[in-house]
Amino acid sequence: MKKIVFSLFMMFCMMGTVSNAGPEDNSLNIAWSGELATLDRYYNTLREGIIVGRLVWDSLLFKNPDTLEFEPLLAKSYRFVDETTIEFDLREGITFHNGEPFDADDVVYTLNRMSNPDNAVLTQRNVNWIANAEKSGQYKVRLTMKRPTPTVLEFLAGPLLIYPNEYYEEVGPEGMGMAPIGTGPYRVTDFDPGVSITFERNENYFGDSPKGIPQIDTIRQRTIPDNNTQIAELLAGTVDWIWKVPTDQAERLAGRPGIKVLNEQTMRIGYLSFDSSNRTGNSSPVNDVRVRQAIAHAIDREAIVKALVGGSSEVVHSACHPAQFGCEQDVTIYDYDPATAKQLLSEAGYPDGFEIDFHAYRNRPYAEAIMGFLDAVGIKPNLVYLKYAALRDQVYEGQIDFNFMTWGSYSFHDVSAITSHFFKATPDDYARNETLIDNLTIGDNSVDRTEREEAYSKALKTIADNAYWVPLFSYNVNYAFHEDLNFIANPDEVPRFYKVDWK
Amino acid sequence: MYVFVLKRIGLAFLVALFVSLITFLMLRAAGDPAIAMAGEGASEADIEFIRVQFGFDRPLITQYLDWLSSALLGDFGTSTYFTTPVSELIAERLPVTLKLGLASLIFAIVLATPLGILAAVYPNSIIDRAALALSVLGQALPNFWFALMLIVVFSVMWPILPPSGNSSWINFIMPTMVLGYYATPSIMRLTRSGMLEVLRSDYIRTARAKGLLPVQIMFKHALRNAILPVVSLSTVQFGYMLGGSIIIESIFALHGIGQLAWESISRADLPTVQAIVLIISLIYVGLNLAGDLINAWLDPRIRVS
Repeated sequence: MKKIVFSLFMMFCMMGTVSNAGPEDNSLNIAWSGELATLDRYYNTLREGIIVGRLVWDSLLFKNPDTLEFEPLLAKSYRFVDETTIEFDLREGITFHNGEPFDADDVVYTLNRMSNPDNAVLTQRNVNWIANAEKSGQYKVRLTMKRPTPTVLEFLAGPLLIYPNEYYEEVGPEGMGMAPIGTGPYRVTDFDPGVSITFERNENYFGDSPKGIPQIDTIRQRTIPDNNTQIAELLAGTVDWIWKVPTDQAERLAGRPGIKVLNEQTMRIGYLSFDSSNRTGNSSPVNDVRVRQAIAHAIDREAIVKALVGGSSEVVHSACHPAQFGCEQDVTIYDYDPATAKQLLSEAGYPDGFEIDFHAYRNRPYAEAIMGFLDAVGIKPNLVYLKYAALRDQVYEGQIDFNFMTWGSYSFHDVSAITSHFFKATPDDYARNETLIDNLTIGDNSVDRTEREEAYSKALKTIADNAYWVPLFSYNVNYAFHEDLNFIANPDEVPRFYKVDWK
Repeated sequence: MYVFVLKRIGLAFLVALFVSLITFLMLRAAGDPAIAMAGEGASEADIEFIRVQFGFDRPLITQYLDWLSSALLGDFGTSTYFTTPVSELIAERLPVTLKLGLASLIFAIVLATPLGILAAVYPNSIIDRAALALSVLGQALPNFWFALMLIVVFSVMWPILPPSGNSSWINFIMPTMVLGYYATPSIMRLTRSGMLEVLRSDYIRTARAKGLLPVQIMFKHALRNAILPVVSLSTVQFGYMLGGSIIIESIFALHGIGQLAWESISRADLPTVQAIVLIISLIYVGLNLAGDLINAWLDPRIRVS
């Protein structure tokens, strides 16, 4: 009996250590909370889907995360024939994971198929500017756009992954989603939807790819929904890499031996949005520009960043992320000044403040801190905390006077992904300012960088002057991993596991 | 008896129907599923596209009747998130939850019944007090906290158990302890009070007077009577465990239907949520029905009323 108990005990001990073999067998165990239902990148919307997409497939171009320059990937070179036409020369001698050779047919097939609305790609914005792709040689492709698209290179270096035409024609999105085939540095050898993914190194990956030669042999991903469990796995050594660790936990983890914590900014910013044009018909106090300016002056954003957001986050003043192209920084700045706030409120006819519904969906502690500052100048916000889908629904219906929102710009380094998204008479637009809309339209449709910059600068100044938004701060992500792992985080929030190796 | 059985089954069916209707309406009231499905970066056109594609633009009553008529035929539709049939998804994940529920129930019974008996045999003794303390603790400890403490002790400080996953039975040890412990107090208290009552009754005194061994009295005469309410309580507890495993499943990354339900709610995967709620409520209703029928079979008075 004793023997059995002892051997059972030993078995338990073995269980605890068996998967703790990351550096020893050159494998990497990672965990995240997102449940990927399909690996077909055109049919999932999670950020984790981008990570997998870039491991398994390649795009025509590659955006260097350090220089932010576009480099050739599957394309050898590209040139603009005119504002709406690009020609590509493709790399030769590349094969997909299943042995299918890569050539112009794959590129033409992928771009035309995904841009066909009948195929219902989930993020239509990524493809709806494509007019046609045509083969002009076995390794030559000519791509035409429906309209001048200043962000075309972003699309070609990001979401537009190239699929093998024969395989995809045969298996479709469902087959691709379960057993993905690409040209990328890793191939998927096992996929249990929403539970786990196993990647093996693509031994035939082309040496001169700007992604580099993959180093880790096997990457095993597991979906662990609970943050604390992820941390326990990391501490137990059964997982080598996790991310999106809450700031307070990250600080504690940083002190643990064997674990490294990295903090990196993301493209996401937080902001307060107001119904400036009385779109709701509520005649809310925030219809008055002085009230909006008062709110901007009332909130100590520095203090919130320091005490709550932490990490590498910064206060932002313009209605975009400072790293984005066209994000003018020289705009009206409302510093923390409760006295001015009170004065502005009196001028607007609210010497004793007012009550207002304050909607939020994320980071409740931040929302509560903002409410505290508003309360200090006499404004009494009633917090209405909703699920994102529900709040966005009401925003679209034009029912919200005052809300705390965030936007990640889907990691696009361009102001069109945020400012134009919110102020161009879109359902999100509560300012409805004609000059602003005109300037954003100029910026969105021009391919001249200076012209774009000037137009966006005017637009962002209008937004700041009128306090249509009170931009708050940028967000950050905490990564925690085995200290022997060479991992670099980038502000676009897409971990690049093909770059990772063990010391 | 047949009339009674038919009545109970009819009632159970109505309960299930009502649950499905309430779930359906509440899920729709929580927000536009198309927006949740499209994800945060989606444009208005993307959302409209999804709305039409999945039929969310139709009147609610049409959507409900549509769903109900196929659900009655066993077709719960296709998960809007996993794009696989909901029935397949549930068939894949229900066993994990059932395994966990069953193991927890066995754990609870094995722990609670002997303690309850001991507490009844030696009332106000150290054993009784210890059992009371254990049950108070079980009621008071938040189970997510208890789960995390177990992980800290048995996976981090003293790494003998894997913190999460469902690849082997070892993964079920901690979740079973947490979920089972939560059900322990009520089973134990009921066993104790049942035993106390039975032990005071005349026929036990008669048995003692006959000179039967204490062990015989305890198990052959007393426990068989005292355990009846415990059995029906256990069926209810099993239902609680299936529903209550949501938190435990996400902490231990077990990927059962509890976690599936939770995740599906946040991504507005309505067909999946509806099917899970319906199935859990059917199991619950089924357990209650079984309890009712067993009681009626045992006690003719219930049948008449």
